[in-house]
Amino acid sequence: MPELVRITIDGREVEVPAGDLLIKAAQDQGTYIPRFCWHERMRPVGMCRMCLVEVETERGKALVTACTYPVAEGISVETSSDVARRSQEAVLEFLLANHPLDCPVCDKGGECPLQDQALSHGPGESRFVEIKRSFEKPIPISDLVLLDRERCILCDRCTRFSDEISGDPLIQFLDRGNKTEVNTFPDHPFSSYFSGNTVQICPVGALTARPYRFRARPWDLAEVESSSLFDTAHPRIAIHASQNEVLRHQGVDHDGINHGWLSDKARFGFQYLGSEERLTRPLIRRGSDFEEIGWSEALDIVADRLGLIKGEGGGEALAVIGGAQGSNEDAYSLSKMARVALGTNNVDCRMEDTLASQFLAGTVDRARIDDLDDADTILVWGPDLKEEHPTLYLRVRRAAQDLGATLVLVHPWANGLDDRAAHKLTYRPGGGFDLLAEVQAGRHPEVSTALGADKVVALVGMASHADGPHLAEAVAALARDAAASARILPLAGRANTYGALDMGLAPDLLPGRVGIDGSGNGWSDDAWGPTPRNPGKGTGEILSSLIEGDIRGLLLVGADPLRDVPHPLLTADALRSLDYAVSIDLFLNDSNRGADVVLPALGFAEKEGTATNVEGRVQKLNKIRPGPGQAREDWSIIEDIATRMGAPLGLASAEGINKEISTVAPVYQGITWDHLEWDSPDGALAPLEGSSPLNHIPVALVTGNRPGPGLGLHISRVMYDDGVRLRHSPALRPLAPGPVAMIHPDDAASLQVAPGDRVTLRTEHGEGRAVVVVDPAATPRTVRIPFNQADGPRLGTAPVVSVEKAGT
Amino acid sequence: MKTPLVVTRRMTEHPADSHTIERYEATGGYSQAKRALGMTREQLVEEVKTSGLLGRGGAAFSTGLKWSFLAEERPSYVVINADESEPGTFKDRQLMERDPHQMVEGTIITAVANQAHLAFIYVRGEYAKPARRVQKAIEEAYAKGYLGSGIFGSDYELDMVVHLGAGAYICGEETALINSLEGVRGEPRLKPPYFPAAKGLYMKPTIVNNVETVSNLPHILAMGAEGYATLTPSEDSGTFLMSLSGHVARPGNYELHHGITWRELIYETGGGIPDGRELKAWIPGGASAPWFVPDRHLDLEITKEATNAAGSMLGSGAIIVVDDTTCMVRATERIVRFFAHESCGQCTPCREGTTWLEQVLRRIEDGMGRPVDLALMLDVSDGISVGLDWPPKMTTICPLGPSAISPILALRDYFSDEVQEHVRLGGCPFREVRAHA
Repeated sequence: MPELVRITIDGREVEVPAGDLLIKAAQDQGTYIPRFCWHERMRPVGMCRMCLVEVETERGKALVTACTYPVAEGISVETSSDVARRSQEAVLEFLLANHPLDCPVCDKGGECPLQDQALSHGPGESRFVEIKRSFEKPIPISDLVLLDRERCILCDRCTRFSDEISGDPLIQFLDRGNKTEVNTFPDHPFSSYFSGNTVQICPVGALTARPYRFRARPWDLAEVESSSLFDTAHPRIAIHASQNEVLRHQGVDHDGINHGWLSDKARFGFQYLGSEERLTRPLIRRGSDFEEIGWSEALDIVADRLGLIKGEGGGEALAVIGGAQGSNEDAYSLSKMARVALGTNNVDCRMEDTLASQFLAGTVDRARIDDLDDADTILVWGPDLKEEHPTLYLRVRRAAQDLGATLVLVHPWANGLDDRAAHKLTYRPGGGFDLLAEVQAGRHPEVSTALGADKVVALVGMASHADGPHLAEAVAALARDAAASARILPLAGRANTYGALDMGLAPDLLPGRVGIDGSGNGWSDDAWGPTPRNPGKGTGEILSSLIEGDIRGLLLVGADPLRDVPHPLLTADALRSLDYAVSIDLFLNDSNRGADVVLPALGFAEKEGTATNVEGRVQKLNKIRPGPGQAREDWSIIEDIATRMGAPLGLASAEGINKEISTVAPVYQGITWDHLEWDSPDGALAPLEGSSPLNHIPVALVTGNRPGPGLGLHISRVMYDDGVRLRHSPALRPLAPGPVAMIHPDDAASLQVAPGDRVTLRTEHGEGRAVVVVDPAATPRTVRIPFNQADGPRLGTAPVVSVEKAGT
Repeated sequence: MKTPLVVTRRMTEHPADSHTIERYEATGGYSQAKRALGMTREQLVEEVKTSGLLGRGGAAFSTGLKWSFLAEERPSYVVINADESEPGTFKDRQLMERDPHQMVEGTIITAVANQAHLAFIYVRGEYAKPARRVQKAIEEAYAKGYLGSGIFGSDYELDMVVHLGAGAYICGEETALINSLEGVRGEPRLKPPYFPAAKGLYMKPTIVNNVETVSNLPHILAMGAEGYATLTPSEDSGTFLMSLSGHVARPGNYELHHGITWRELIYETGGGIPDGRELKAWIPGGASAPWFVPDRHLDLEITKEATNAAGSMLGSGAIIVVDDTTCMVRATERIVRFFAHESCGQCTPCREGTTWLEQVLRRIEDGMGRPVDLALMLDVSDGISVGLDWPPKMTTICPLGPSAISPILALRDYFSDEVQEHVRLGGCPFREVRAHA
């Protein structure tokens, strides 16, 4: 507890935390002091002057801005004395003097702090008869954000956000005085992954977002709170919809997660829900085409065919890939169906591009996001957080920039956190283990010292496909060796992966972080009856077995392995070889176009459920719109197939499934929807109490790629790719970089290629073409390929690549 | 009494070469900086406190006291504010052009007293020649070993850097100046917490002194604090450069002591109003200062205290005199336009209020004034400076906005009839006068 001081606010004595800014202290005590520039999550600047109040000091009453005034014992504040009131009215009149007052057509109208405070603290009349300031309006400052400079009140919120919070100082005040405007530098658009936050925190309608502009009036919007699955931290959001169409997401200030901020992908990645391309009826293959078919008939056929394969080859002949895109309830039903109805442990929500399932789900001393705030040292050895884990990026950035953490960054390429790293090490693709050995041998003493600190948080994951699945765990083992108290956050991409793993969507896991080791399945024998004893096959082995014919039937749930599994040839071969494939999905994708039956599913915001984020926090997802056509919730499709196979799962509603999870799955005991709604609205960290049955101690398994001669190959995901949901989101689709190959100017020179040239890339796993982008910040002798771009090269996990200029 | 010349003595006695290091050293130059190196910080601060030296940048705050506020943290920096931009002020320009070594020596003393090893001379961007002269003086001082490592044979290290401003008046405000030096927008910082002596340049303790202020330091050490304090009979120690301009017969910089009257300054020193016209009003201390008028203020003594008591300030020592052909609405509009143009734009009241005032004044001058406009302007002014008191109860971070109001108070107090005359006539009554002038 912080020390308290006694102050007097408008004659009322109260106790407030020492050092709090007056505006915050007053707000917490129920006294609202008007403001525009002050934002709780940013440095105060005292610019708008709206929060002027009178404070009694030794030198008499002083007029001060409450947003810059720290409270001290004994001060007396008047927030609406004659002088304070006069000042506040004056500031509002000044702000309105040049404001266009085009509220009837302004997106902000109805939820506008300028409107609201003009009503509550303004003079109520306008005496300004001069000609108002005008600017060209609006101007696009990025692909997503438009700026109406006439409406701007120069509060410095957007500019502070992009400088202090997101680290993209691409918008600035230009000119001065009455001519001051926010703008970008010439030829440098506001291309920030976090630009949408500026729209949300703009206290007027100066910044508007293309996907929402002129689409609705705020008072017509329906709202539910939920969590975005476009970011593994599951930042809290408010979903706004009108006439059953989702129109926007707003960030909700969750203290433990996102502080109100969202990446643009999480903010604007909703348009796919209303896409015309959504599947609305079950489809069945007729020759090379699909035909629509009724649900009942489709389910009969699917159950029949899966049952046939099971009858011939046993459960081991069937496999399930996917389940990471949906809720925990959907994942649980899929996990149960695989074990109980299909009779197989060949289940995996991962796509061969991430870490070991037991490490991800059950590592000991798993870090919480909040641990970053008191960390002495933060080690990030893994993906570029700015590209793949935007909420964690913001939190790590804040910890290193404002909270005194020493950031150690290890990454093969330039990285969004470089400017905040105390120590940065790079390595050639495939060279991770060599570098790890160097660190272990004390050859990077500054890193060793940092890792020996009291409070160490290590964020580990795959920086690049060449890293392979074992490097990150070896790094975690190193961090634990260096400091036994080190906390580990293993990173995996993709929506609700952590929830799916916790629900047992892995060949060696059962719901509730229970390992499958062949020795008997504990609770599941009681709750589910007999299920396969030995660990099944993961996605890579499933694909190989499909080729070999050991597995013949495949259920894809929200999965597109052709796009997501790094090995293109293996996957294509596997999907060609199988006997029977069923897909449950929102869209047709590259992989399910070859399936025998495709069943339409409901998507995000179309169903209720829970999801589990990177730190193991379970949060409620809510519904705001019905789905298209005959689309159904995954669990009900799954239940119907299982029932038709003669093994009903007993699942009757998402909430009922949640109750079952909270009863049978060990670390989810007690985490019911009711608990999340009433007792723990910020979500619940699993396990609520007790410990995890799985206490996976990270092991240093030194196996994987080694760097080779020639050009290194760094393939990694970036914020915007050609994943099926982004492809169907018109606002975000154009932001994907496309099939590019990024190289250093020296390498461009030695390859004799220029920016814009097309090159052919070849590895032992595949080949493809890309367009050259020359970047001075590139790592020399390394080629970087953003993964899963439209028409992008498919190069597998090889650490080296050959590049040659392509013929035209 | 005739004022003994202090800071302009060398340039007066040796007009041809007062800016050279040879002349400077031949007339005793750099001996006091050398002496200062043998003194402790406490001795130097005490000496300057005792001398009663007041800052010459406008606030007239005790220099010694300012130095004593320097926080413990090191490094500390010294910044010389040579961004002389207050309309009507042109004294520092002369000091830099004609006696740059005097300022350099004063800066060395300031640095030694404040344990700084790096000093910046922030020169107004338009001051090309003064900047050249200062740069040359610094180079000469380096060559002689008075700057650099081991100055004057001691083990003290001091570097001095000339930095040119980019044309913003606001960068004369010390915290905006510091921002500008750091390479960010020239906007005043919040005080508290950013008092330069505690958190200044690069958030380190920083002393910001004016050119004329530090130019006095070698003389204070030479004549001793007591000697300096008793040099002139005024309460305000020492001599002051006054920049006299406008409708006077002999405009220019004058080194004078405080305690003479405005009548003496305007009619004796300045030679009175030319062409037989009448004195109408004057600004006693730069465009920011509230105006004085002959009826009330002509026989007032020029001292810090008397001027403050009369509701104005001596500021940077700029006296602008206007005669009876001057339209006060137009003069006010010109001054307000200056402040509106120079507002940094951070604070709403200054950014919006000064522009609004300028628009109203322009409208009155152009013949579209309304009877309510004077009251409106006063109310707008009240929104920038609540209560319209002096010193102002500011709604802004720095005093630029409240400064713009000074001439409007003059309209209220002395020239409201003239404003209403504009409204009644639908135009400016002085237009014809000006046409014939």
